[in-house]
Amino acid sequence: MGMNEALFTFSVRQADSALVLAQRLCEWCGHGPVLEEDIAMSNMGLDLIGQSRGYYSYAANIEGGGRSEDDLAFHRNEREFMNRCLVEQPNGDFGHTMMRSFFYSAFSALQHRELRSSTDETISGVAQKAWKELQYHARHTGQWIVRLGDGTEESHQRIQSSLDELWSFTEELFDTDRIDEQLVSEGIICDIGLLKPEWDVMVNDVLHAAGLVVPPKGYRSKGGMHGVHTEYLGHMLSEMQYLPRAYPDARW
Amino acid sequence: MEANIQPRITDETRPVWTLLDQIPDPEVPAISIVELGVIRDVQLSGKQVVVEMTPTYSGCPALKTMEDAVLAELQANGYEVNIRIVYKPAWTTDWLSEGAKAKLKAYGIAPPPRLTVKRFHPLDSDEPSRVSCPFCDSVDTKLTSQFGSTACKALYFCDGCRQPFELFKCH
Ligand SMILES: [Zn+2]
Repeated sequence: MGMNEALFTFSVRQADSALVLAQRLCEWCGHGPVLEEDIAMSNMGLDLIGQSRGYYSYAANIEGGGRSEDDLAFHRNEREFMNRCLVEQPNGDFGHTMMRSFFYSAFSALQHRELRSSTDETISGVAQKAWKELQYHARHTGQWIVRLGDGTEESHQRIQSSLDELWSFTEELFDTDRIDEQLVSEGIICDIGLLKPEWDVMVNDVLHAAGLVVPPKGYRSKGGMHGVHTEYLGHMLSEMQYLPRAYPDARW
Repeated sequence: MEANIQPRITDETRPVWTLLDQIPDPEVPAISIVELGVIRDVQLSGKQVVVEMTPTYSGCPALKTMEDAVLAELQANGYEVNIRIVYKPAWTTDWLSEGAKAKLKAYGIAPPPRLTVKRFHPLDSDEPSRVSCPFCDSVDTKLTSQFGSTACKALYFCDGCRQPFELFKCH
């Protein structure tokens, strides 16, 4: 595969995960348990939309065929989306949303910390900002997990079942393929496999402080990066993409 | 190192910088977009000007508003304007001048504390140890929420004067 094609695919994968999680977080807008948390979720969503724009516009640039960042976000189908399956999972309750974001942001923060030193100027530029933002997200969501796990009997039981349900989507975060290997060998991206031990420590520390127990190994998700998704993504996209598809000449 | 990079202002570009310095930050109008630090470079050749801008946060919704304001201000003064968005080096609150910090405080927003480098762990406290109230200077304050009315601010409450206030987050 040519270098540009690999870079394009990597950038779209990155953008898709950020955008899908942003859309999920913004579904909370106006429904948060308290005003501050409502704002916090939208703010995190906004950061992620910004990060996805950085990657989409870069991908559109590389492709150079006239597709814009908006085309990539709004005119691709479910099977063309290459986000990790974790981020498309429905919101559930507030704790469930915190758990999903915590797993992702701890992962993505570490990844972007390394991407700051990418030999690719654009990627390292996006990463400089993303790294700062994602640390906030990981702290905010991680601290909620501790509060809920260490809270009432009901909050503990509910956040434990979120953990049980979402845990099977975490291993997929670290999946790679030949495209990644090619970019790693060029010094453009980092080998995310090397970050897994650090992620494990952070996650275990949080879950331990929350008094939660990691479920036994079982089913694990895979394939999001190749367009194979759970049933939820299509429904989410149909809502997210409705307006630009129904009114293709709509302008901001 | 990188965090301290300040834009270069020459005698030639100074008039442009002066115009830009009159544009208020749309979210915190007490300071200008130059004082905020989002204008990274100005290149001038004749009446053609290239302005390099950087977002505060990746998804900062005010960036578009600021771009439009830069275009309008410079075009009104006879310039042909090109805006380039740059991501490196990443914006940091360390670029706010002492003067800008004083203006923030007078406006009722606690200025950002200085950046301290620390390891990344989700259980580490991300609260600055002492935040003083912009109204009464009391340090008897507590964090209400890490996320305030805009991406760049956190919500605090002052037990000294019993008033809520916003902190310009360290970033
Ligand atoms: Zn006070």
